[in-house]
Amino acid sequence: MNDLPKARIATASLAGCFGCHMALLDIDERLIELMKLVEFDRSPLTDIKRFTRRCDIGIIEGGCCNEENVHVLQDFRRNCDILVGIGQCAIMGGLPAMRNAIMHSDEPLRECLEEAYIRGPFTQNKTQIIPNDPALPLLLDKVYPCSEVVEIDYQIPGCAPTGDVIFEALAGLLSGRFQGFERAHIRFD
Amino acid sequence: MTTGTTQDTDQGQIALICARHDNDPHRMLDILRDVQDRFRCISRATMQTVAEKTGLTEVAVEGVASFYAFLSLEPKGRVTIRLCDDIVDRFAGLVEVTEAFEAALGITVGQTSADGVFSLEYTPCIGMCDQAPAAMINDLVVTNLTPEKVREITAALKDGKRPEDLISDRFDDLSPHARATRMVDNNIRHAGAVLLGPVPADAGLQKALEQTPARIIEEIEASGLRGCGGAGFTTGMKWRFAAQAEADRKFIICNADEGEPGTFKDRVLLTERPHLLIEGMTIAARAVGAREGILYLRGEYVYLRPLIEEVLAERRAKGLLGKTIMGVEGFDFDIRLQMGAGAYICGEEGALISSCEGLPGEPKTRPPFPVTCGYLGFPTVVNNVETFCHAARILDCGAQWFFDMGTEGSHGTKLFSVSGDCINPGIYELSYGLSVRALLEMAGGEDAAAVLVGGPSGTMIARDTFDRKLTFDDLATGGAIVVFSAERNILEIVEYYMSFFVHESCGYCTPCRVGNVFLQKAVAKFRQGLANPADIAYLKDLSATIIETSRCGLGMTSPNPILSTLENFPLVYSAMVKPPKDRIRATFDIQSAISDARVLAKRRSSIYDKDFTK
Repeated sequence: MNDLPKARIATASLAGCFGCHMALLDIDERLIELMKLVEFDRSPLTDIKRFTRRCDIGIIEGGCCNEENVHVLQDFRRNCDILVGIGQCAIMGGLPAMRNAIMHSDEPLRECLEEAYIRGPFTQNKTQIIPNDPALPLLLDKVYPCSEVVEIDYQIPGCAPTGDVIFEALAGLLSGRFQGFERAHIRFD
Repeated sequence: MTTGTTQDTDQGQIALICARHDNDPHRMLDILRDVQDRFRCISRATMQTVAEKTGLTEVAVEGVASFYAFLSLEPKGRVTIRLCDDIVDRFAGLVEVTEAFEAALGITVGQTSADGVFSLEYTPCIGMCDQAPAAMINDLVVTNLTPEKVREITAALKDGKRPEDLISDRFDDLSPHARATRMVDNNIRHAGAVLLGPVPADAGLQKALEQTPARIIEEIEASGLRGCGGAGFTTGMKWRFAAQAEADRKFIICNADEGEPGTFKDRVLLTERPHLLIEGMTIAARAVGAREGILYLRGEYVYLRPLIEEVLAERRAKGLLGKTIMGVEGFDFDIRLQMGAGAYICGEEGALISSCEGLPGEPKTRPPFPVTCGYLGFPTVVNNVETFCHAARILDCGAQWFFDMGTEGSHGTKLFSVSGDCINPGIYELSYGLSVRALLEMAGGEDAAAVLVGGPSGTMIARDTFDRKLTFDDLATGGAIVVFSAERNILEIVEYYMSFFVHESCGYCTPCRVGNVFLQKAVAKFRQGLANPADIAYLKDLSATIIETSRCGLGMTSPNPILSTLENFPLVYSAMVKPPKDRIRATFDIQSAISDARVLAKRRSSIYDKDFTK
């Protein structure tokens, strides 16, 4: 087993809360077994910023709320054989997509920013300025789930998914036998 | 006059309108239609008054007022022009006609002129496909429009002429029938033996009254008559169920809400055979033991209202409606005319009953079926105009006579409304069992590349299957035959029909309300060349879900334009499909997604604008 080349995994957190990355750690001691089979390339866990080479599996947390998210996601699609969306935000847009509900407005994006930085009842922004540093990526008109921007091969549901579900999915993908989840593992009620 | 007194008089008038309908909440649609006619909108204050008078909540009144396309919460112009936005009209030059109206009136579609005189809007098929493009001007209809004709019409209206004067200088002197035929051509191209040939007056009713009600139902059952509205339920069985139901009151409802795009046969029957229709309803009443009837006329056919009312009055005067009909002691039956207000869904019998009850036109949960629990909870027979007319003729000429026409399982004749790319659009009364090709030859549409049988909820067939037969078992149709030549874009047609269903979904159930929007967007993707191979499976999958989970017939048939073209015109779809580059979605457009932010942030994208430093 050890002579097989290790599978390469890349991960990214787009418009999410990093909770799904934290949930990766909930695999607990099985991580030790997992690390015998895989190595991490581009990922916030390794702090590698660019793909060093093509990866077998890309794991995406979060949806797309700005142009940089789109850029990263497209880059992952080009460089990964299998792309896995992890968590509600990647799959459906999740919490950030609440701003998509501002729909009966001529300028929904402006309304959203003003609510967040100026008018909101709990806003504490003494400068009354909406952040606009040139280094900040431009926001998209709305929050997009990953599958609207690129093709996604698998989705791991949950907010955040449990360690068991993540392990089940990764183990299945690595052995080439992933058949979907056991129903009990993805029941949330 | 101060505002206060205007308010008072308005209130008074609304109260009068409500009183005219006995302050009956079940007559809400009539009340609101009258209010709309009088005030050209249904304001918040109006809704309050109507709610008080009818004992309903304001939100219930608003529910009805906001449901129907012909009722508006915003003020409409004194002259409201509704352009028929059917695909047939579009192919017949609707764009030029619209531009002519917009230029002449100085408003765009959806607007009301500043002086409150003109409103211009689009409305789905108004049942004039054989004389497209057509439009409604208030309660009247103008057909065969051209830009020149539009300029004449608008000039006359701006001159202060009434819309009626456009039809004839002596409009007021004309009989209702003459008015109707001045406005709209019947275009009867082939008269069959049953409906459009010579029809002796009330012979069927005469014979029916000589028989027992049970015998009438046996006759209808023996004739093999099936419903002509589209679903094809056996008429005799429907009557039998209603006759067997025990109830204090029973109802006969005629469904004249002919909304399926491309269908206009009931319009011709209502114009030319109104007596036969009422005769059929009267026979049905005799058969099932009903004393009350409703004729539900679609809002688009309001120009036929005077004609129908005249016929009803005439029959009452002759003792053919009302008490002791034709001298038969204890046989009382009368009909009220219920106007619709522009809602396709009301052609569905449950929704039609809801609409008659003064509710928003939402379908009812089935079972119970209307024959046991229909209008106001009483047993109700709902039949199409053509079905009632057939019934009257069957009673006159005998079940065997009718049964011998047509084919096994599809007996008698059927009215086909042929429109689109053919030389002779119009009405053809033919026996069941004819092939599509034979009908196309009669109509001068041999060059057709595609024929839509049964309207958008029916089937679109291609040239290689024109030998299929027009029967219930092969190609069932409520009457619509829409012909498309090779110049037409199939996907444009499909996308139009999906947008029609999106517009006409009542919104009650999610699969229909949301699913059809997704289907429409998916078809749009194909048209733009942005679809990938997986989208074909997506179309089928989503269609199956909508059909499986929708609450009424609208959602169960709305994916048909897609499904039948996928089956019969697969190349149209596969030609538009291309595999995505790098598996990145072609439908996601980053430039339009960041364009708002570019304006707000007053800078360009450092990633997607190459010249962002400028």
